[in-house]
Amino acid sequence: MSSIIEYIRQSQIWRSVFRHPAPYDRRNRAVVVLTNFFLHLHPVSVKKGGIALSYTWCMGGVTFFLFLVEALTGVLLMFYYRPTLEWAFTDIRALRDVTTLGIMREIHRWGAHAMVITVWLHMYRVFLTGSYKPPREFNWVIGVLLLVLTLLLSFTGYLLPWDQLAIWAITVGSNMARATPFLGHEGPGFQLLNVGGYDLITNASDARFLLLGARTVGEETLNRFYIMHCVAIPIVVSLLIAIHFWRVRKDGGISQPL
Amino acid sequence: MNHHPDLTVGVIQGLGWLYLLLGVANAFWAARSLRRDGYFGQTFEKITGFEHIPKAFVWAGYSALLMMVAFAHLATHSDAADFMIRLPEWFKDSVDMVVANPISYFVFSMTLFILIVLLRNWWVEPTVAWSLLNLSVLFLCLSMTDYDFRQIVGKPDNVPIVAMLYLVAFFTWLYFYKCRENDARLEQGLQPAEKELGESVLVWPDLVYSEMICMLLIAAILILWGVALPAPLEEPASAVKTPNPSKAPWYFLGLQEMLVYFDPWMAGVVLPTVILGGLMAIPYIDFNKVGNGYYVFNKRKFAVITFLFGFLPLWVGMIVLGTFIRGPNWNMFGLYEYWDVHKLEVLNNVNLSDKFWLDFMHQPLPRPDSSAPFLTQLGVILQREWLGLVVIVGYFVAVPPLLALTVFRKFFARMGFLRFMVMANLFLFMFSLPLKMALRWSLNLKYIVAIPEFFFNI
Repeated sequence: MSSIIEYIRQSQIWRSVFRHPAPYDRRNRAVVVLTNFFLHLHPVSVKKGGIALSYTWCMGGVTFFLFLVEALTGVLLMFYYRPTLEWAFTDIRALRDVTTLGIMREIHRWGAHAMVITVWLHMYRVFLTGSYKPPREFNWVIGVLLLVLTLLLSFTGYLLPWDQLAIWAITVGSNMARATPFLGHEGPGFQLLNVGGYDLITNASDARFLLLGARTVGEETLNRFYIMHCVAIPIVVSLLIAIHFWRVRKDGGISQPL
Repeated sequence: MNHHPDLTVGVIQGLGWLYLLLGVANAFWAARSLRRDGYFGQTFEKITGFEHIPKAFVWAGYSALLMMVAFAHLATHSDAADFMIRLPEWFKDSVDMVVANPISYFVFSMTLFILIVLLRNWWVEPTVAWSLLNLSVLFLCLSMTDYDFRQIVGKPDNVPIVAMLYLVAFFTWLYFYKCRENDARLEQGLQPAEKELGESVLVWPDLVYSEMICMLLIAAILILWGVALPAPLEEPASAVKTPNPSKAPWYFLGLQEMLVYFDPWMAGVVLPTVILGGLMAIPYIDFNKVGNGYYVFNKRKFAVITFLFGFLPLWVGMIVLGTFIRGPNWNMFGLYEYWDVHKLEVLNNVNLSDKFWLDFMHQPLPRPDSSAPFLTQLGVILQREWLGLVVIVGYFVAVPPLLALTVFRKFFARMGFLRFMVMANLFLFMFSLPLKMALRWSLNLKYIVAIPEFFFNI
């Protein structure tokens, strides 16, 4: 058995895929981390206290894993779901009732809720360990941006099932934008933005309209939120996650008592 | 036939499994207690006459009791209406009385927060914390015997909130537990405990394997969760059927709750922006160098208490309020109360300008003449709202220097003008919420400045 494994490991194919020998000894365990694409996010060695579960709570890692789960299940759902008034609700109901692997929707939704919670808990522990202190100030700021984007991802996704829960939650949530100072048609100071007596800010040109693509939550909103949810926000989030991880390494690795 | 039964056979069976789980967990706890907790002291021996009794006996007995309760549940296959183990009505009524009343809810949550901080060294004691966990699970189990409670807590999208509450409680415990050790160490001039684990280990295998286990565990939890609980799907969307209450997604319910006390432009736009800006500003206004990379409380009391105050009562607490307690017409309902659409709550909130002109000056409110030139109208409005404007401007302009001269004198000296002003203003924004809540409930105050003409109400 072990000679077969050894034969495979020595084969030209295996060696062309994996750039490193098997991590059996100390040297090769370091080489693995340095030369493997997926592992190279890590340093070769870390302080024992820095990776203790009772110290990190593993919440940042869990959040990232949940993001990957959301991306995977989300892509699978995109193959099935059509963001139109005619089909959105029907497709989701079919996912629940008849579709093979319709459980992807359950995992996607519960994963989304879990991700919101783990982001909060990750920030909670980063605050409580004082890990935002110099030199990690800016990575905390990126973290806050990622928090906002996580909430926006969850919020835009909330509309897609197109049921009562969805449209009214989005209606309540987006009604706030009406009251944006200067830019909402019921916000303080919007009267100041007018040209020759004509208001520039109306219910068809204010911040809420920008968000919904219409005066009320409708098909334009569904399309807008779908693109935001599946394409626009994930791209930004991926970029910020990359910077977030890169800064963890550059700012001195996982936080530790100085 | 009762269409809203407090108990059904299904519920009883489910609770049976929950009690069994709790009983098993307590059997393990009894084993732990046998190893660690030792024996009852002399007072116990004098009173009872028994000698050399391990404290673990209490846990073992409790665990046995839970198992018996569990079997009583699991053995029930009919007659759910006659089932004995349920929450007594007087208990429900008294909980409802505290919860459905804004003043007592406010006082209760603030008191709880103060106790969490003040009694931190007592409640992090593992035996105490375990007892509290048991109490909370028992409370949840018994509450599930109430129909209305099940309707609210059992809503699919509300399940994550219950999980979040336990997670937040657990991690708050873990924090204070670690702080107790580190605070004592720093007091003695030692290094924090985290520093003891300073030796280096290789990422492969020490880190990648625990990452792997974590991923498998989370994946397993998600799949089980997905199998056990279908994701919510209500009626197809209809623009004409407005549900009552209409709620935002659960993580925004703290913001929606702020709408009760602030106008949308404040609650929905300005305050969220300030919250996010304030979070981003934290690393730049916290000048304290202590506690970088380890758990500690005593040496960064101010920062930690402020953050905990924002996170626990104001964020998590308001989500709980918005989810479980706010019902139709955004009225407050008890945990065991039926969400009656017709529940009437007398609302006669008045503005500060009403109070000043009508009650104090005994004059009618100055009214701007809509045909008058703009500046004349503005003058009348300013005359009407002068008191509120003075209060608001005073709050944001006069209080920071006052703080700098009194309680925050040392802060001001160390932070410099700009950083101090940012910190003080964020602080004032944060406290504007509990202040506004208190004013609403004690004086029925609606707006401090009410200029509906320009959608400018504070």
